[in-house]
Amino acid sequence: MPTMVSSLEELESLRKDILSRRDHTRPIITVCAGTGCQTYGAADVYQAIVGEVKAQRLETKLEIKATGCHGFCEKGVVVVIHPEEICYVKVTAADAPELVGAAARKILVERLLYVDPVTGQKIAREPDIPFYKNQTRIVFGNNKRIDPKNIEDYVALGGYGALGKALRRMSPEQVLAEVKKADLRGRGGGGFPAGKKWEETRNAPGDIKYVIVNCDEGDPGAYMDRSLMEGNPHAVLEGLLIGAYAVGAREGFVYVRQEYPLACENLNVAIRQAHEHGFLGENILGSGFGFTVKVHRGAGAFVSGESSALMSAIEGKVGEPRMKYVHTAVSGIKGRPSNLNNVETWATVPLIIDKGADWFCSIGTEGSKGTKIFSLVGKVNNTGLVEIPMGMTLREIIYGIGGGIIKGKRFKGVQTGGPSGGILPEQCLDTPVGFDELAKLGSMMGSGGMVVMDEDTCMVDVARYFVNFLCEESCGKCIPCREGLRVLRQILTDICEGRGKPEDIDVIREIAEVMADASLCALGTTAANPVLTTLRYFGEEYEAHIRDKRCPARFCKSLTSYYIDPEKCTACLICLRNCPASAVVGDKGIVHWIDQEKCTKCGVCFEVCPDRFGAVVRISGEPVPPPPMPGTRVVRKHEG
Amino acid sequence: MKGDMGDAITFKIDGREVNARQGMTILEAAGEAGIEIPALCHHRKTRPYGACRICSVEAEKDGKVKVVASCGYPAEPGLVIRTRSPRIDRIRRAVLELVAPQAMLDGDFGGDLKKLADEYGADIHRFEAQLQVKSRRCILCGLCVRYCDEVVGAHAIGFVGRGIDRRVAFFPEKASKVCANCLGCFKICPTGKIGAEADGTYFGFTVDDFLAGRL
Repeated sequence: MPTMVSSLEELESLRKDILSRRDHTRPIITVCAGTGCQTYGAADVYQAIVGEVKAQRLETKLEIKATGCHGFCEKGVVVVIHPEEICYVKVTAADAPELVGAAARKILVERLLYVDPVTGQKIAREPDIPFYKNQTRIVFGNNKRIDPKNIEDYVALGGYGALGKALRRMSPEQVLAEVKKADLRGRGGGGFPAGKKWEETRNAPGDIKYVIVNCDEGDPGAYMDRSLMEGNPHAVLEGLLIGAYAVGAREGFVYVRQEYPLACENLNVAIRQAHEHGFLGENILGSGFGFTVKVHRGAGAFVSGESSALMSAIEGKVGEPRMKYVHTAVSGIKGRPSNLNNVETWATVPLIIDKGADWFCSIGTEGSKGTKIFSLVGKVNNTGLVEIPMGMTLREIIYGIGGGIIKGKRFKGVQTGGPSGGILPEQCLDTPVGFDELAKLGSMMGSGGMVVMDEDTCMVDVARYFVNFLCEESCGKCIPCREGLRVLRQILTDICEGRGKPEDIDVIREIAEVMADASLCALGTTAANPVLTTLRYFGEEYEAHIRDKRCPARFCKSLTSYYIDPEKCTACLICLRNCPASAVVGDKGIVHWIDQEKCTKCGVCFEVCPDRFGAVVRISGEPVPPPPMPGTRVVRKHEG
Repeated sequence: MKGDMGDAITFKIDGREVNARQGMTILEAAGEAGIEIPALCHHRKTRPYGACRICSVEAEKDGKVKVVASCGYPAEPGLVIRTRSPRIDRIRRAVLELVAPQAMLDGDFGGDLKKLADEYGADIHRFEAQLQVKSRRCILCGLCVRYCDEVVGAHAIGFVGRGIDRRVAFFPEKASKVCANCLGCFKICPTGKIGAEADGTYFGFTVDDFLAGRL
């Protein structure tokens, strides 16, 4: 029977009770059960460990816990043994017997430890792994300590303490003042000051007001909100409750993206448990304040992340943006004042109330306080979720935490802010990450996607990718966005396929300007940013495509040919056998060559040709050399 | 919003003092003052929609100038509105050029669209060759949809699809019951598409056509 908590004292005694029931000498094996690790088989690993603990009769000696996402998703399944925080990576169910046995005897399973790719050394403790060491995990950090389906884990770590403090020791005005003082800016995209928005809702006329969690994260490559909602749903709820108290709302909504089933599941469990403990419902913690929350599951539209579209969707209408000259903070759901913030913003609120605005402001830069979670993906060695203090440079993130570019290739650009953001080149790497700093460079913080690109990425194609994404994901309501994207996509496709004309660049700029000036919502006004930033920083690539019909990254199919260097070909037959179009001609001992007429430019030959030969090359902007004389035999170099 | 006899507001449009009442939009206030602002998706019987952006104007407030849709922007005391400027003209011209390939009939604009294109010097063939899209004679202004929803209350026509695949389509189950006695949207359609392609009992573009990929 869950304990109803109806005062600050009862919350404190519940926390003490939970801690007293726990054996702190007992090692805890935690298995990451975030979506990333689940795809690697975390459920099987968990079951195997549970089975093994039973089989080895260690139930009294070991505790097992399925936690939220740790962030280092690339190395899943991640298993961490507390209290030492021994971290095992890429664990499979077959590793369970050895792992459990070692945990009980407090020894290491060397072969499952993380190996630093730079030094080649094994690292035992999770906090010592460079990927984690350089982070500041104040919002995301509890994910790995909590079973998201167990409210007691959250309460044991002091959870709902900030709510208690707000409800019983502070007036709504004081809460609002604290959040304003912390200068908390929205983590979902635009970076609008949360306190200012709260104040607008609070001051707006009307008895019924709403608070809303935006969990419709959809930028390509971004999944911070997903992992927070899946891994620590109570933190989001607690933030929402504090916000509701401050603005005077008694009802809230959580809008969860359709593609996030685990987030929905864990959130619903969290809401039920919060009700059972009295953190939701009437007279919360004896304060007289009451609040309920409904989960609204999206139907799969990216544009529904836009606040007015999201509110339309909650009303049961099509999720399309509407004009916001009267802010949603004043007239949102059903025309009532509605304050919307994203998952990460809400999850940050309890920390501000608990530790104070001064503490929060001690982290970050002048204009951007606190930390930000990024999903660091693309061509970096360490991919995953990283939480950094604002002001850390892009270089520190990509090289310090991300471990640099895969295969030692050259860095080319980093995409921040998703389809509304931009792609920043090498000369911007020393920029401190902050809302204003990124905007100054033509990009934006966005919700925290950070896609790293290497020398093999064609920037014109990247721009086309984002424009194409928005062609499908715009709602299509206003003309500048819908038709502007349609024309931009056509122009970029033409450039990528060798049909670009010099005047195209001016047309792109003109359309981009009109879209920015006249589109209905922020999706449209920012939609051309990926195009504009690539033009700004990689203009010579556009020129090469248009003028020389050359793709410098040798990526665009229409402008690239595959060719086998007869001097390097060892006639090993690998590319010949793998070519799906039978375009590789040759035989054992006979130098191979590619029939350009048959070649579909799929790149398989390039991929399979062993690095030590490197015989298949890509050519762009110059003619393909003629094939060797038919029947040319390989001249094998004699060693020594 | 009209008919709301709120407080009187004074602001400027194109240098002229204009009176408005609380709750009026710039477009409504301009209309009452006899100042013309072009609009394609606006109708006095339907709620402001903000899709065509032709009614964009420059609004100056506290020294800051921004482009706003006059059909939705509320009249405020002290506001300074400019209905024409190089920036505004460029937006209107670009909007007309961008939407033209979708909206033309036999290679030309008709009616109001033609007049606007002439006034703003829009080259309606500018993107025609490049896009090579089938003209659907529809600018997706949504007047038919909103008239049917908000004024008639029949919901017999609606939007389907998203992004560049957005279309207007009849829902045959409803249309077959109500349309023959209404025909409200026939008159409201700015390109004349509905009148030309439907007759109240036959509908040339239905949700089934969309699902079958024919729209």
